[in-house]
Amino acid sequence: MTDVLALGGRSFRSRLIMGTGKFSSPEVMSDALAASGAEMVTVALRRVDLDAKTNPITDFIDQSKYLILPNTSGAATAEEAVRLARLARSAGLPPWIKVEVIPDPHYLMPDPVDTLTACETLVREGFIVLPYIHADPVLAKRLEEVGVAAVMPLAAPIGSGRGLKMEAAIAIIIEQATVPVVVDAGLGVPSHAAAAMEMGADAVLVNTAIATAAHPARMAHAFKLAVEAGRGARLAGRAPELRTASASSPLTGFLHTKEPQ
Amino acid sequence: MTFAQMFDPAAMWNATARARHADKAEVRSSAASGVKTLDQVAALLSPAAGTLLEELAQRARSLTVERFGKTIALYAPLYLSNECVCTCTYCGFSMGLDIKRKTLRIDEVMRETRALASHGFRNILLVSSEHPKYVNAGYLAQCVTEVKREVQYVALEVAAAQTPEYVAWVEAGCDGIVLYQETYDPIMYPKYHIGGPKKQYASRLAAPERAAAAGMRHLGIGALLGLSDWRFEALSLVEHAQYLYRHCWRAQINVSFPRINSAAGGFAPPQPVSDAELVQLICAIRIALPAAGIVLSTREPAALRDRLIALGITQMSAGSSTEPGGYSTPGAAGEQFHLEDNRTPEQVARRIAELGYDPVFKDWEQDLGREGRLDGRPLQESAGS
Repeated sequence: MTDVLALGGRSFRSRLIMGTGKFSSPEVMSDALAASGAEMVTVALRRVDLDAKTNPITDFIDQSKYLILPNTSGAATAEEAVRLARLARSAGLPPWIKVEVIPDPHYLMPDPVDTLTACETLVREGFIVLPYIHADPVLAKRLEEVGVAAVMPLAAPIGSGRGLKMEAAIAIIIEQATVPVVVDAGLGVPSHAAAAMEMGADAVLVNTAIATAAHPARMAHAFKLAVEAGRGARLAGRAPELRTASASSPLTGFLHTKEPQ
Repeated sequence: MTFAQMFDPAAMWNATARARHADKAEVRSSAASGVKTLDQVAALLSPAAGTLLEELAQRARSLTVERFGKTIALYAPLYLSNECVCTCTYCGFSMGLDIKRKTLRIDEVMRETRALASHGFRNILLVSSEHPKYVNAGYLAQCVTEVKREVQYVALEVAAAQTPEYVAWVEAGCDGIVLYQETYDPIMYPKYHIGGPKKQYASRLAAPERAAAAGMRHLGIGALLGLSDWRFEALSLVEHAQYLYRHCWRAQINVSFPRINSAAGGFAPPQPVSDAELVQLICAIRIALPAAGIVLSTREPAALRDRLIALGITQMSAGSSTEPGGYSTPGAAGEQFHLEDNRTPEQVARRIAELGYDPVFKDWEQDLGREGRLDGRPLQESAGS
């Protein structure tokens, strides 16, 4: 049986979602996208000129091969996120939306309250909604209840490349989830992505680590392999983790050995 | 407490003086630390740090790429007026200077806007001198609303205002303000600003937080280099930005520190800043404020601007004119200062791409402002649903 990611009524063979920001040119982004094997890409609506005939980002994404997941980056309130989502749909983009409500431009932390509000509205309007959230297990459950298609907890502050700093909380989210969990933000190297997949994440989203690598396409390919490896390990079922090798039982060993008389 | 109330210039001078004795170890330890103390920032601006420029530049570059990627946002200033009631010794618009004065009518503003939009600009900074009669709050609000019909991002660089004006401009769709303190040095400030409302040092210093309280999303602060000691100015600028991060946590902070150059009136800056000092300053600011946008204007020559991109700059103007009406009818009015980079926007964008960066004309959506394009329009009418 092939292992596919079922998300929002579609299935994806790749469990790597790629972001399109921060690249040095659309061509570099496009090469990295091809090397990543990703089938879903996020695009910041604020970068897209929806009125223009040509677009520096979307023109480089073949929509027959990749699903464009517009994000609401730049929105600081629920109202703004909802407006951007409607705008994207009216411009002909698919009704998928990654909800980012970030009132704090310094550490770029998502607003849990307004994220929930925006998701409620957008689910009601028929969008397939993927919220970007802090690794907050209760918020993840509340979002499930309003009908989001997945939850996207951050591993570490966005762009920081610091890896699974929120590991303990993400583990709880994964354990409790009834929708796919996409670990988003803060993954710096392929081993971080592999670790997230080994933990049981359904997918990961990577942008900065690929976009700002010295060789973005090579790094994209490395992430592809890491995500596959991590997922494979998860499905294989890992060997139990043991403390130091301990062959004997120090407290009860006497029962099995003959004490010198 | 406002920044004007808590800002202590003497503490800045003292830290600057202490940093004269900083050694390389202190500079390196500061560069590697997280949120920095006053003395750690001063160390980055110290003579010792000046001997470690390449190291600091590497650090600044990697922090910039981590945060902003390999992108440079492009914007254009649009000068609305050069009529002014202030006398400022370094400014080409200063009252009393014999230049052609003009305030653009709305139709002229729109002609300028369309000229800029035809070059690809989607981010316009409306700039004006200070004149309560010709450049009042209502006129500026109207300019913002009209310009916002053509481009997605509009900011104002105008006189310091009070909260009600900022509220009106936010409601008109204004996405940000730019308000340089010019010099943070309270002794030197009145020597340059000798007449008009701009004499009010403290009121100007507290204006960015008034704008933030009104809901302004982007705050541009800065100092004009050449008016006082650049180390003092940079340290004060970092202090100001750190205050705004704590007190106006919703606002994006951008900083700029243009070197003053010649304009009508023939002003010569008493404390000029060298290229090496400017490089040190950019690196120090980036390391001290990793999340701040750093804005570079066309006051700097083309060759130097190209070099500074790799160090920490995130936004640049291009193809600028500093006279009202200068894009559609050049020569009709006096310019504020003389430009050193006279390349067209297309040439600048091409050069940025050659340097391995993506020139970004649009990085904002007008629906993030108050006036959404779909507001009031039923969703069924939209094409994609």
